[in-house]
Amino acid sequence: MRRIEIDPVTRIEGHARITLQLGDDGRVRDARFHVDQFRGFEKLAVGRPFHEMPGLMARTCGICPISHLVASAKAGDALLAVAIPEPAIRLRRILHLAQILQSHALSFFYLSAPDLLLGMDADPARRNLVGLYDEEPELVRGGIALRAFGQEIIARMAGKRVHPAWVVPGGVATPIDAETRDFLLAGVPGAIATVEQALASFRMRLVGFEAEIQHFANFPSLFLGLVDTNGELEHYEGRLRVIDPTGARIVEGFDPARYQELIAEADEPDSYLKAPYFRAFGFPDGIYRVGPLARLRLVTRCGTPRADAALEIFRGRDASAGQASFLYHEARLIEMLFALERIEELAGHAELLDPDVRAHAGPNRREGIGVAEAPRGTLIHHYRIDADGLVTAVNLIIATGHNALAMNRGVLQVARHFVDGERLQEGMLNRVEAVIRAFDPCLACSTHALGKMPLAIRLFDAQGRVVDELRRSSR
Amino acid sequence: MRPRLATLWLDGCSGCHMSLLDLDERLLEIIRDFELVYSPLLDVKEYPNAVDIALVEGAVSTEADRRRIQIVRERTRILVSFGDCAVTGNVPALRNRIGIDAVLAVYETPPTREVPMLLPVFPVHQVVAVDHWLPGCPPSPDAIFEVLRALLEQRAPAPSGVRFGS
Ligand code: SF4
Repeated sequence: MRRIEIDPVTRIEGHARITLQLGDDGRVRDARFHVDQFRGFEKLAVGRPFHEMPGLMARTCGICPISHLVASAKAGDALLAVAIPEPAIRLRRILHLAQILQSHALSFFYLSAPDLLLGMDADPARRNLVGLYDEEPELVRGGIALRAFGQEIIARMAGKRVHPAWVVPGGVATPIDAETRDFLLAGVPGAIATVEQALASFRMRLVGFEAEIQHFANFPSLFLGLVDTNGELEHYEGRLRVIDPTGARIVEGFDPARYQELIAEADEPDSYLKAPYFRAFGFPDGIYRVGPLARLRLVTRCGTPRADAALEIFRGRDASAGQASFLYHEARLIEMLFALERIEELAGHAELLDPDVRAHAGPNRREGIGVAEAPRGTLIHHYRIDADGLVTAVNLIIATGHNALAMNRGVLQVARHFVDGERLQEGMLNRVEAVIRAFDPCLACSTHALGKMPLAIRLFDAQGRVVDELRRSSR
Repeated sequence: MRPRLATLWLDGCSGCHMSLLDLDERLLEIIRDFELVYSPLLDVKEYPNAVDIALVEGAVSTEADRRRIQIVRERTRILVSFGDCAVTGNVPALRNRIGIDAVLAVYETPPTREVPMLLPVFPVHQVVAVDHWLPGCPPSPDAIFEVLRALLEQRAPAPSGVRFGS
């Protein structure tokens, strides 16, 4: 058995490694995705006051802190046992959609577009945002502007771009003013145009990615996520729906607070990332996917006109593509459209500026669960507190975690198809990384990982000798 | 010659890097004025030699981090401790209070193969020498921009006025 190591996987959020085991014929026998760093927020929180949780928990992730803030504050709402004011829900929704926009923009334009627009086999020294800017400056500027718009909405509403403390148990800290609303509304049309251009450009190039569509984590699995009461796309609340590979609903209208009846978690011997699975199907058959692709496969419709038009085209392709994870990229663009349309709709609400944005109470329950659809999928914060409001136990299920089994299977599928151990080429290994990029994992969330430093990619023989080595340019 | 810039993360939340990206259009000035030679945004697997400036996010919390930061130190002229986790240990260091075994109790069976060993968490300057500190959780884009401009122009950065934890 020989072994290939890709360390670290680059252009993803956080650090991870991939190892490939090769047989004597040079074909891939096994492949594993390892997350190397560990954070342990479940333990760090114990003993601290529950109202600290949103601010602390947001520090799990600088990319999607708003999702943690929201899920954590919702768990806090449950501990207070209050129904939060309608205007606060509206503001939380806008804030969360702004984050979906900026996070998807990061994934698509900053991390994956170099593969998608320059090509999987492009020169690795140029296959990045800087190289892309030289070739497609307008596209890069558009991506920067989209991310900036999402981040700036967050800064204007919540005080700063990364790690604001504005969402609190009971609602939000302060109402917003007319100037902020006008900023939101003014920015939407331009942002929609930019997303639609990117979507058109992505679709035009899809013909060049037949092999990737066929082999990038393309296999039957379950899909899980929240939908609203009409079965429409929903990121702030809703009920869990699970579909099987044929699209049949095997779980419908399920209260997310009962997530433990649905999902169990397995420990992995070689990664700090746990592997959740669908309990009824057992481990590892209960493999499921979450996130943008899952959501678009789950919903009856998006619920906004442009996103629904895009969804229709997407569905045609999705039906013929099997269960292709490559389409996560397209799903992300469609969700960006949806986020913008919904932000516009919410920001136009007559009571948007209503000052009644926070319910005040002490802790009235000992247990609270908050759930949201984060950019990468269903996010669950579950807290227990004592009579003084100090946290006694925490469980977190992180969006990226749900996809752990699917990412591992995907890495194996891609490696088997593309990697030839006898003739190792850089582009083969980039594809193994690119399947991970399609899932857009956020490892700072699930944990925070980083690879063993100086290795490039090495082939070992049965005696553990290095037989081949590939290094990417480090000028 | 443009200064060679590296950015990396140890045990942090990526938030400091997000704040770097929050330079928005000014990011284009940065990639014009600096040669970005190593970063999570690039497909460079090995930390290069002769780096002029490195922004290091996050605390040192595993054996892999420790080895990594030592290599970075050897190959870098100016090392910037980037954000509160790097500067003080911040959030990751909360686990020092309870100990490694206690945090690993989140697993029924903690992983033993492939993963690096956890260490007590240290801020970067307790492991290697640091040349500049850029506090904030995360540091604001303006503060990051000012430090990079100052290093480019070879002057002392203006005080950022950043409070810890904010
Ligand atoms: S300093 Fe704050 S923003 Fe930066 S990595 Fe640490 S927790 Fe994240």
